[in-house]
Amino acid sequence: MKCDFCDTKASVFLTQLVEGQTKKVSLCEKCAQERGVTDPTGFSLADLLLGGITGELAGGQASGAGGSNKACSACGFTLEDLRRVRRFGCAECYTAFREEISPMLRGMHKGASHVGKVPEGLMALQFKHQRLQDLRSRLEQAVASENYEEAAGIRDEIHSLNETEGLKIVS
Amino acid sequence: MMRFSTLIKNPADWMTGGQAEHGAVLTSRIRLARNLRRHPFPGWAKREQRALALLLMRPSVESLSVMKDAFSQELSDLSSVQKQVLVERHLVSREHAARGEGSAVVIERRQSFSFMLNEEDHLRMQAIRPGLQLGSAYEALTALDSELEATLEFAFDPTLGYLTTCPTNLGTGLRASVMLHLPGLVLSDQIGQVLQAVGKIGLAVRGLYGEGTESLGHLYQISNQSSLGESEETIIRRLERVIGQVAQHEQNAREKLVEDDPEMVADKIGRAYGVLRHSHIIDSKEALNHLSLLRLGGMLGFFPADTIILCDTLLMDIQPAHLQLHAARKLSPEERDAIRAQIVRTRLQNLKSSDNSTPSADGPPSSPESANPTDES
Repeated sequence: MKCDFCDTKASVFLTQLVEGQTKKVSLCEKCAQERGVTDPTGFSLADLLLGGITGELAGGQASGAGGSNKACSACGFTLEDLRRVRRFGCAECYTAFREEISPMLRGMHKGASHVGKVPEGLMALQFKHQRLQDLRSRLEQAVASENYEEAAGIRDEIHSLNETEGLKIVS
Repeated sequence: MMRFSTLIKNPADWMTGGQAEHGAVLTSRIRLARNLRRHPFPGWAKREQRALALLLMRPSVESLSVMKDAFSQELSDLSSVQKQVLVERHLVSREHAARGEGSAVVIERRQSFSFMLNEEDHLRMQAIRPGLQLGSAYEALTALDSELEATLEFAFDPTLGYLTTCPTNLGTGLRASVMLHLPGLVLSDQIGQVLQAVGKIGLAVRGLYGEGTESLGHLYQISNQSSLGESEETIIRRLERVIGQVAQHEQNAREKLVEDDPEMVADKIGRAYGVLRHSHIIDSKEALNHLSLLRLGGMLGFFPADTIILCDTLLMDIQPAHLQLHAARKLSPEERDAIRAQIVRTRLQNLKSSDNSTPSADGPPSSPESANPTDES
């Protein structure tokens, strides 16, 4: 079996219970030592999983040869910053670093997607968005089947929906 | 606006209501983390950006109906003792207390709601209730959150939920936590087992003042760790179920202790009372541990039932910053230990029929219906 962090043969195998689930990690001697796995006190797999990304990030930068340190276009927060503070710079960072986030969330939460409260305004917006999509596909169908009378009705509905409550949808 | 002295003068109702679940549950707290869209998070924001976010949020929070005549202050306008008092009361986090300009706190008159502005997240709102009341605390807080949505646009992603500075709070942004008093499990050496079991199902266990603090006075905080992937209701329901079980274990442990070794229990509680009643120098660690046993004495009927309230009030009043506020000056640790002992002695003096109800074989407890394991007559 290969090490999870480099391609060397793994010799340290770790199993830990995180959130009631068994997580397994295999490491080579060198990576195990670097990540403090051989230190029996206070080691946690959660840290390792988190640390795993930071390792990748650092590696990515090194191979980029002084080049692209990905940054959030909204606030300028970089991958380097993320690696350092393990926190984000602004809400947009979650879009900018979407790829890096999913491995980070592993073992941290019970699930990967949100269940629960949604801001009310947003719910209305999502509902409207859904309704608009439905109307647009119906409009396409109507036009395709040359049912122009129905198409005109749908078009008017879309217009009136777009003018409601100032909730503008950019599409 | 409310003055600091007025806010702090009286204990909040949640500080003295911990009789629920056999007196094992002191308080329930709900915290929601929210951030503004299009504003950098406080830790990354520049000074002017932080000031702008505060300027936007503060009027919205202050105009919440529950915040009528609330205490609202920028952290830079509070003294270090005042900040520390708020930390001791769990109204402000230790991290927030370390902040100054650009961060603020808005606290409801009865200290049941506390909003931290520009903490790690733009907004950290909290509701505290006595006993096991996570559900109703959440209901109250989520209503305030919805009220704020009318004027503030919170950062939200359909997949990741409410977006937070630290990914550990993503999703619901919810942290539900309960403060427990578990002397029975500690005395019977079962605490390790119970806490380990709690940890295995993904709940966090901490001491009196949160992350990294050691457990004093047999007090433990249990809270959810995961905030993404489950609804608020699911998280709260599970936590309440687990807390109910822990409280039941605590109750069983107490009953068994009294049954197996009533002398040992009576001796421990009696000695704790003796030290508290007669010492002239006592540090907070020793005081907390003895108060824990005295509280246990109140629950087991060795002392009148209002002993529990007395202990819960003292728990707050003997903390370092509370002592300094009481003395109206900065105190050295030695001075604090002397004043602490004095306050405890005085309060215990008022403990009704305390001298007759100490757990010895020579007197029944004051309350006739309470169980008295040492009653050998």
